[in-house]
Amino acid sequence: MFANALEKRPQGGPRWLDDLRSRGAARFAALGIPTVRDEEWRFTNVSPIAAIDFKPAGQISGTAARLDGFAYTDAPVRLVVVNGRFDTTLSRLKGLPAGVHVGSLADALTDYADIVQRYFGQLADVNTRGFTALNTAFVQDGAFVHVPDGLAIEAPIHVIFVTGSDDGPVMAHPRTLIVAGAGSQVTVIESYVGGPGETYFSNAVSEVFVGENAGVDHYKIQEESLDAFHIGALHVHTSRSARFSSHSFALGGRIVRNDAHAILDGEGGDCTLNGLYLADRERLIDNHTAIDHAKPHCGSHEVYKGILGGSARAVFNGKIIVRQDAQKTDAKQTNRALLLTDGATINTKPQLEIFADDVKCTHGAAIGQLDDEAIFYLRARGMTFAEARDMLIHAFAAQVLDGVAVEPLRAALETELFDQLAKDLAEADAKS
Amino acid sequence: MSMLDVKNLHVAAEGKEILKGLDLHVNPGEVHAIMGPNGSGKSTLARALSGHPHYAVTGGEVLFEGKDLLAMDPDERAREGVFMAFQYPVEIAGVNNANFLKAALNAKRKHFGLPELDAMEFMQLVQEKSKLLEIDSSMLKRAVNEGFSGGEKKRNEIFHMALLEPKLAILDETDSGLDIDALQLVAAGVNAMRSPDRAFIVVTHYQRLLTYIVPDFVHVLSGGKIVKSGGKELALELEAKGYGWIEPALAGR
Repeated sequence: MFANALEKRPQGGPRWLDDLRSRGAARFAALGIPTVRDEEWRFTNVSPIAAIDFKPAGQISGTAARLDGFAYTDAPVRLVVVNGRFDTTLSRLKGLPAGVHVGSLADALTDYADIVQRYFGQLADVNTRGFTALNTAFVQDGAFVHVPDGLAIEAPIHVIFVTGSDDGPVMAHPRTLIVAGAGSQVTVIESYVGGPGETYFSNAVSEVFVGENAGVDHYKIQEESLDAFHIGALHVHTSRSARFSSHSFALGGRIVRNDAHAILDGEGGDCTLNGLYLADRERLIDNHTAIDHAKPHCGSHEVYKGILGGSARAVFNGKIIVRQDAQKTDAKQTNRALLLTDGATINTKPQLEIFADDVKCTHGAAIGQLDDEAIFYLRARGMTFAEARDMLIHAFAAQVLDGVAVEPLRAALETELFDQLAKDLAEADAKS
Repeated sequence: MSMLDVKNLHVAAEGKEILKGLDLHVNPGEVHAIMGPNGSGKSTLARALSGHPHYAVTGGEVLFEGKDLLAMDPDERAREGVFMAFQYPVEIAGVNNANFLKAALNAKRKHFGLPELDAMEFMQLVQEKSKLLEIDSSMLKRAVNEGFSGGEKKRNEIFHMALLEPKLAILDETDSGLDIDALQLVAAGVNAMRSPDRAFIVVTHYQRLLTYIVPDFVHVLSGGKIVKSGGKELALELEAKGYGWIEPALAGR
């Protein structure tokens, strides 16, 4: 698969990187893309990706216009990565404090060679994950954020990955490396966008290292074309007393898989993984999360919510591992989905693997339709059916949306989400 | 013109007929109490009038100010001025009580071609109406009915009524589960709203509430029909004798 493309994979750069690419290519050749026989991919059939002869994405025209209409693309600090390559013209790096290293991953390979080499690929495992191996085989560029010890960056750093082509389906392999030094603080937003109606394959890998006493707030805003395929893996490592939060919004894509994998590898760490996803038509959104409590006294909080219409399908798998050593773990997982139509389905599974004895782990899943009694109550106060329904859906989404601390992003997401929902519902109403 | 005319109303729920030819005539300014034993159809009447989807009208008609009430959707009935205080107010997670009330009030104002209230005007109105019912600011900030005590829920219902200023208010067992203090508070809220243009239908099992909200008429519902009507003294008679003395009379028919 993708054999021609792999032969023409990028070359050059430091020796270790070339070796890593080769290993990625070799592992992908061995692993291929997963099938539904693989337990981790049981409900997500990605064979449509294999059926299309995606070419490696190259240069495209009209890149500035390709940012139009997506959430919060006017952020003061933004990195634009087009088809995997950092775009200097569209990026804005002014206003960042001195000492912070934010920019192109390709540049960092020479400018901050030791940092990149120390962290890159340490979490994203090419040995077992086919898509990660594929991404790694094509590593050339991407986004790099390094915050030195003790530095707090107030302005959120918005990384926008654009995928698209002027002729035929392409694949891009966006890559992000975030290293937050001890006691530092940073907010990074990753957006994934593409031309509406375009068919392409975006295969992203991000690695985040949160140093001692550091805090990282991470946002993923996935607004791919509704005909695109998006496979994304987020890998996080936290040190002692580190705090990490992830807020994942999945609004686009035809087949979407998000893996979020956090290793709480220092005592007293805290990890939040929240997600909100919206799917209609025949689309599929799969969220696989894994929180690995490796050290004692760590907390993890997880809330995933989905709103599904049409014949959309969703998968949620929430794994929590508590290692033998990780006493006093406090882990809480909630997964809820709202099915707006009879045709929408979800497969949901909590997966708790607990090897320590003094821990607190709770999980809960609730799948359902809008509550008729609640709708009637609102209507009995004078709201139309549509107003009542919208109010309840807003309320459902609010728990995740309200966790977005970057106010302009929250506002943009709210607008985006409810515009899209209004369209879905209008479509559904027209059919019924 | 009368406010509400219920003629030969038949209502079924889950395929079972509950109201079997009910007649009721309510004029503006009047307070009608509907009493009756459990299962007599009191709450069915309240819910059918407010348009609850689980209650199917199988016969008869209902005119509200001369208009066909049964042809209206529940929200249209509300905007036209029919209000129901729920027996079991629904908890609505994530929907802020004050925001919800503002939306409901503005939906009604829009219906009558009035300008929407802005946040300042709304808050002034809220402050004015919340005092009497001892609605504190935390109840406004919380999600609708979420985590409210039984008494708070019922007070919140009457507070909604005070803000929405309906023409016809239907109180469905508003007294159930209330202690005497909460009952008096709720009654005071209702009494403050009595006016020559507004009517009330008070559905209750017990006479207790009617000590505080004194009705003009009392109707006894049994077997899906009104079997006896009278003045406020009828409630006291029911309290003294129970419902048993009415039901044998019915059985003998």
